[in-house]
Amino acid sequence: MGIQLEIDGQPVTVEPGTTLLEAAKQAGITVPTICWHEATTSYALCRICVVEVAGMRLLQPGCIVEAADGMRVQTRSERVVRARKTILEMLASSVDLSDSPDILALMDEYGALPERFPEAERREVELMDDNPMYLRDYSKCVLCWRCVQVCAEDAQYTFALSFSGRGYETEIATFFDRPMPATTCVFCGQCVGVCPTGALKPKREFMLEQGMGPEEIAVMSSGRKRKRT
Amino acid sequence: MLKPDRIVSTTCPYCGVGCNLQLHVKDDFIFKVTSPFDAVVNQGNLCVKGRFGYDYIYHPKRVTKPLVRRYLLEGKTKPESREQRTEISDATTLHSSDPLLSSFWDWLPVDWDTALDLVASKLAEIYRRDGSDAMSVYCCAKATNEDNYLLQKLFRALFRTNNVDHCTRLCHAGSVVALQQALGSSAMSNTASEVVHNDVLMVVGSNTSENHPIIALQMKEAIRKRGAKLIVVDPRRIDLVDFAELWLPLKPGTNVPVLTAMAHVIVEEGLVDHEFVKARTEGYENFVASLEKFTPEYAESISGVPAEDIRKAARLYASAKNGAIYWGMGISQLSHGTASALALIHLAFLTGHIGRPGTGLNPLRGQNNVQGASDMGAMPFHYPGYMRVDDESNAAKWEAAWGVEPGGLSRRLGLTTTEILAHAHPGGVRALYIMGENPMMSEPNLNETRKHIQNLEFLVAQDLFINESGAFADVFLPATPFAEKDGTFTNTDRRVQRVRQAQPPRGDSRPDWQILCDLARRIERRLEIDTVKWDYSGPEQVFAEMASVVPDFAGITYERIEQTGLQYPVWDREHPGTPFLFADSFPRGRGVFTPLDYVPVVEPVDDEYPFILTTGRLLEHWHGGTMTRHSQLDALYPEARVELHPADAEIHGIRDGMAVRVTSRRGEVVVRASVTEKTTVGVVFLPWHFAEAAANLLTIDALDPQAKIPEFKACAVQVFPARDTDLANPEAVVKRGRY
Repeated sequence: MGIQLEIDGQPVTVEPGTTLLEAAKQAGITVPTICWHEATTSYALCRICVVEVAGMRLLQPGCIVEAADGMRVQTRSERVVRARKTILEMLASSVDLSDSPDILALMDEYGALPERFPEAERREVELMDDNPMYLRDYSKCVLCWRCVQVCAEDAQYTFALSFSGRGYETEIATFFDRPMPATTCVFCGQCVGVCPTGALKPKREFMLEQGMGPEEIAVMSSGRKRKRT
Repeated sequence: MLKPDRIVSTTCPYCGVGCNLQLHVKDDFIFKVTSPFDAVVNQGNLCVKGRFGYDYIYHPKRVTKPLVRRYLLEGKTKPESREQRTEISDATTLHSSDPLLSSFWDWLPVDWDTALDLVASKLAEIYRRDGSDAMSVYCCAKATNEDNYLLQKLFRALFRTNNVDHCTRLCHAGSVVALQQALGSSAMSNTASEVVHNDVLMVVGSNTSENHPIIALQMKEAIRKRGAKLIVVDPRRIDLVDFAELWLPLKPGTNVPVLTAMAHVIVEEGLVDHEFVKARTEGYENFVASLEKFTPEYAESISGVPAEDIRKAARLYASAKNGAIYWGMGISQLSHGTASALALIHLAFLTGHIGRPGTGLNPLRGQNNVQGASDMGAMPFHYPGYMRVDDESNAAKWEAAWGVEPGGLSRRLGLTTTEILAHAHPGGVRALYIMGENPMMSEPNLNETRKHIQNLEFLVAQDLFINESGAFADVFLPATPFAEKDGTFTNTDRRVQRVRQAQPPRGDSRPDWQILCDLARRIERRLEIDTVKWDYSGPEQVFAEMASVVPDFAGITYERIEQTGLQYPVWDREHPGTPFLFADSFPRGRGVFTPLDYVPVVEPVDDEYPFILTTGRLLEHWHGGTMTRHSQLDALYPEARVELHPADAEIHGIRDGMAVRVTSRRGEVVVRASVTEKTTVGVVFLPWHFAEAAANLLTIDALDPQAKIPEFKACAVQVFPARDTDLANPEAVVKRGRY
């Protein structure tokens, strides 16, 4: 009863409901991902996982499109490679990817040029340090939505994070831009755990990166007094 | 981006869920905690304590050198009254001749030989003089199975006493006694991962979202994604009520009438699973006869829960395909805790919601290893594996395993936690060894506990910090936290999981198991015994010794739980573990129904003390606070707050955030008020983590007659407006959106 399709010329049989991303994986073919995560619902936001399906006008996001009988799929056609390269170049032109080794590796692999769009407006947001547990640096945010998802029905049912703004102005935010302690946040850090770009980071990791020693961090974070907001 | 030197897999040291952690370590400093998304217990989810709450390890106040009081070190006679002191004195004042500058109770840092020799000599001296009954020990629900096994072995094999207990007595003792009596086993009957297969969940007296956050996530998933229905029975409007079909806001201490009225409805409306009752239980007829007076209307008159809601709850639970009950301290921490738990067990018996996947009776265990510490015999009535100490063949087995002469081990039941301190007087208990517990926060009626602890002749504390109890000790032995030792924890669903060392012990601190083995050898020399084995190569060997005697663990080895923990019982090396219990029968054979009576709480409200105080926990803190008050978690929630219903607040002229004085017949605390509909009219709630406003100064030391668990969940208090300047720390303010 399996679904039979062809990926990169290779015949593959999968269960109904299998996405093209999973089908490729079963065939031993790696399709790159950025916003996709095993523990969150896929919404095809970043489009890095696009593949070319014969007979379909547009490239198809592998993370949500399900395999169908007789599909002929190419995961690395010229069109696919060009699309991925452009996506990476657009990301690099506006977002600080210095903490995203996986994306930087993809850029190397696809020969993406960070300087391709010199006129692009860079996303520059002030580092947010409003709670004792983690920092938010949305200059590094690629809007993958994972943090919003795990805060909502993919894990926590806490709904502290959401979107604000539209179009290019879109960013991850709390309601009315309240500081994290003033929201419904339970500080579970699931958002930190799924962030692919270091936009969300445990405070102690950040302090260590800043060159502070373990002893210094321990003393800093042992103060009983709380910053008044 | 930081590259960790190593990533160490281990098990969370906080609650009984037992989440799998990965510690990212650089330069012997844990800078990040993650969890694998394929973890069987928690699927990559963590709560604030698990992910961020480990920083107490590095807190500057952590004690990393053994400490001894000056009077002991200088060989002076012990001064009359014990002094509570948390600060370490400067070593340079050691031989000060000026009596004004020196104090007998100064804490002085010493080397391990000095500290352990002192402890060994003193314990041996008291034992020789006053015998076994003078010796006692609190094991630790936060330490590993191996640590607990060794500590109870030390006191049983060397001091021949069963005065061995730990904080389970203050936690699920009522549930344990009830489950033992009704079906012969006290563990959670199912796996937490079965939660998503429940179609009706009943959560009773458990604020699951704050105390077992990851199990609450699974409940929410079952409800939101799989259409399960939730019944919450709790005096507070806890977070889970937002997800519930029915909320039964009962008055604290009225579990028996409410739950038994549900049984009444189930019987009256013909919802009983007669096949199950006939095949698997006994005492049904007597029980049904006892239900007559427990009408929903009767229950309403006592509990305040509308009779119609009790009927709806009974129908919903009874008509479930897979109904499961989860409960917490709201059931067991009462002077009739055993009866409350029995009332729940009856519901499962009547409806047959037990012994199948996705059904069951699930007492949610509090501490990371309270299940394990109980399994390891850290209890006054049992050897490891729940073998009664008064059973001759059990004693003989352990005598053989431990190299004790036949007849050497004590066959008498020991004293429980609360009883140990109550017996602290000349002619009674003289020495107490505390590993990692904090009775000066966790016992009820602390003003009384303080007197008891001062009556001890010799007190040893083995811990990370000088907590409120260790501050009374004669010797302090610095142990290591979970990240600096190897061993195993057993979580709430009986899964034995590995704990792994991620960094070397800080300073001179030592893993508990090493301290105990070293100490035991020194005691043996003084008692002229050399038959008991203490030369373990490591925790793995300790576990193997235990598993060679206890059949439940016979099939568990470190090798088998290297990747994923196993759920005991594991009968042999091929056995795959036991996800759910009681498929075919109960350990005692048939499940027993016990007719119940309604017994009111010991201290009813009156004009002088018109509120019922119920105590509990917060997401951000952990029990006595030894760990979380030394963590950044304290910055998230830095003060105790008393919850008061708006209607009550108005009558008493109290506004949200105002300082108030809460008094009972036993003590008083000053805290800020949270005026909130999270609590119900006539009920106030106070968390018990905060030493500066310890809720247990107020609580009553009335005990359940069978389980000896104190009535933490109900006593009478009054609330008066106070001034901000009366607060212990007016600077500390909780400013959080969710509270």
